[in-house]
Amino acid sequence: MTRDEAFLQFLLRMGDNTLILGHRVSEWCGHSPVLEEDIALANTALDLIGQTQFWLGLAGEVQGDGKSADDIAFLRDVWDFRNLLLVEVPNGDFGRTLMRQFLFDAWHSIQLGHLMKSSDERVAAIAEKASKEVAYHLERSADTVVGLGDGTEESHRRMQESLDYLWPYVGEMFQSDEVDAEMVAAGIAPDPASLRDDYDALITRILADATLTIPDSRFGHKGGRTGKMHTEHLGHLLTQMQWLQRAYPGSNW
Amino acid sequence: MYAQMVKSEAAQDDPEKLAAFQARIDAGEKIEPKDWMPAAYRKTLIRQIGQHAHSEIVGQLPEGNWITRAPTLERKAILLAKVQDEAGHGLYLYCAAETLGVSRDELTEMLLDGRMKYSSIFNYPTLNWSDIGAVGWLVDGAAIINQVPLQRTSFGPYSRAMIRVCKEESFHARQGFDAIRKMAEGTPEQKKMAQDSVNRLWFPALMMFGPSDKESVHSEQSMAWKIKMNTNDELRQKFVDQTVPQIEFLGLDLPDPGIKWNEERGHYDYTDPDWSEFFDVIKGNGPCNTDRLAARNKAWDDGAWVRDGLMAHAKKKAAASVAAE
Ligand SMILES: [Fe+2]
Ligand SMILES: [Fe+2]
Ligand SMILES: [Fe+2]
Repeated sequence: MTRDEAFLQFLLRMGDNTLILGHRVSEWCGHSPVLEEDIALANTALDLIGQTQFWLGLAGEVQGDGKSADDIAFLRDVWDFRNLLLVEVPNGDFGRTLMRQFLFDAWHSIQLGHLMKSSDERVAAIAEKASKEVAYHLERSADTVVGLGDGTEESHRRMQESLDYLWPYVGEMFQSDEVDAEMVAAGIAPDPASLRDDYDALITRILADATLTIPDSRFGHKGGRTGKMHTEHLGHLLTQMQWLQRAYPGSNW
Repeated sequence: MYAQMVKSEAAQDDPEKLAAFQARIDAGEKIEPKDWMPAAYRKTLIRQIGQHAHSEIVGQLPEGNWITRAPTLERKAILLAKVQDEAGHGLYLYCAAETLGVSRDELTEMLLDGRMKYSSIFNYPTLNWSDIGAVGWLVDGAAIINQVPLQRTSFGPYSRAMIRVCKEESFHARQGFDAIRKMAEGTPEQKKMAQDSVNRLWFPALMMFGPSDKESVHSEQSMAWKIKMNTNDELRQKFVDQTVPQIEFLGLDLPDPGIKWNEERGHYDYTDPDWSEFFDVIKGNGPCNTDRLAARNKAWDDGAWVRDGLMAHAKKKAAASVAAE
């Protein structure tokens, strides 16, 4: 694998995470429990889609065959996607959506903190801008997880169920492979495995405030960030997201 | 919709106070929440501002219908930002209504059980991507025509909310026009979508101004109180005059063969919408009423545990901070 090939994979991983999570969050539009949440969820989705434009735009540049961020987002099939499985699982109830957001935001904020020091200036610039947005996402999702975890009996139960359901998708964030080794060697991105301690410290603190119990198991599903095996859910998401581009190819929108 | 379906009650207030109140309005003063106001003024405003707020909220649904299918990242971002603005408008309007002594939750309950209405336009479906452009251009465009005069309305909080809302609505209308223009100038299929949107949404947009003034018995009192600033027909004419040249600019066919420039009046003539359809929609028989209300009820019911959980947590925290003092 050349450095550019690895770099492209890395950029797809970043951009596909924000694309797919942004899409999932946007599914809430008009259906959330309270008006302030409709606003906050739309805002989160908007930030994530904005970040996608940067990551996938740069991916297109690195790939060098004239593909735009839109081409990459709308014209690839499931096996080409490099997002974590965590972000493609269905929203479930509001509790699961916010728990997924928190588990992702915690990783995302730590990851972006490292990427701000990337040897690649373009990566550092995107990370700098995104990290401000993500700091706010994390503050909000953490507060909500604490509020609902330590709320009523029902909200506590639902949040614990969400954590139990999502926990097996956490480990994938820290699995390193040859793409990551290449990124570390180039000084572009940190080794995913090296983020685990900071991540555990952060989520242990918040989930303790939320009176929730982190499951014992360290088992982690994998296959999203390598593209080897996504969940069945991603294909359905893509059929919706890509429909207009597929049905009316070559149009300007 | 804003100004549609407004009814004012026969005044039962002290005639002297009423006269002084009317004098303040005539002098162009703003009425603030703490000031004395006739019961019917308060009631009419609660209904009008509440309906407007509900319209912003329900209006998220037809637009949200296309967020997950937006054809480009930029279009998705623009639509998300718009829908976020609409929810924000709902928020300021509920706050303005709350100054009149009704809570957001009470208003929400009245929306959900059908006691309060929202704009009839949101009971129509969005069926192709071009509808998203058409909604911004025609629906937000009609809303602006309704709302610009309300920036001068007599009730201070409502007037201030309208000033803020109108700025964003103009932005939405421009973006909507830009989106439908891409379609009208695009492939034959895209142009067909644009034409379909205009054909379907034209009359529902005209209905947003409410029935003809000849049939609207309660508007006189609202006009005197500066809750309503223009007649429905004046505003509708303004919308037609503004929009017909835009449809022509897009190179689309006019959606109504009755549209013709009338030299003598200095306005476009047009065919009146089918008011029996309008009253059906208002009564709950529009194409989407049942689904829209069901979606809002489901969101509210499914969200109860979230609201209760966050409330319970806030109480625990408050109790803990009192105990710590
Ligand atoms: Fe609005
Ligand atoms: Fe509005
Ligand atoms: Fe708007």
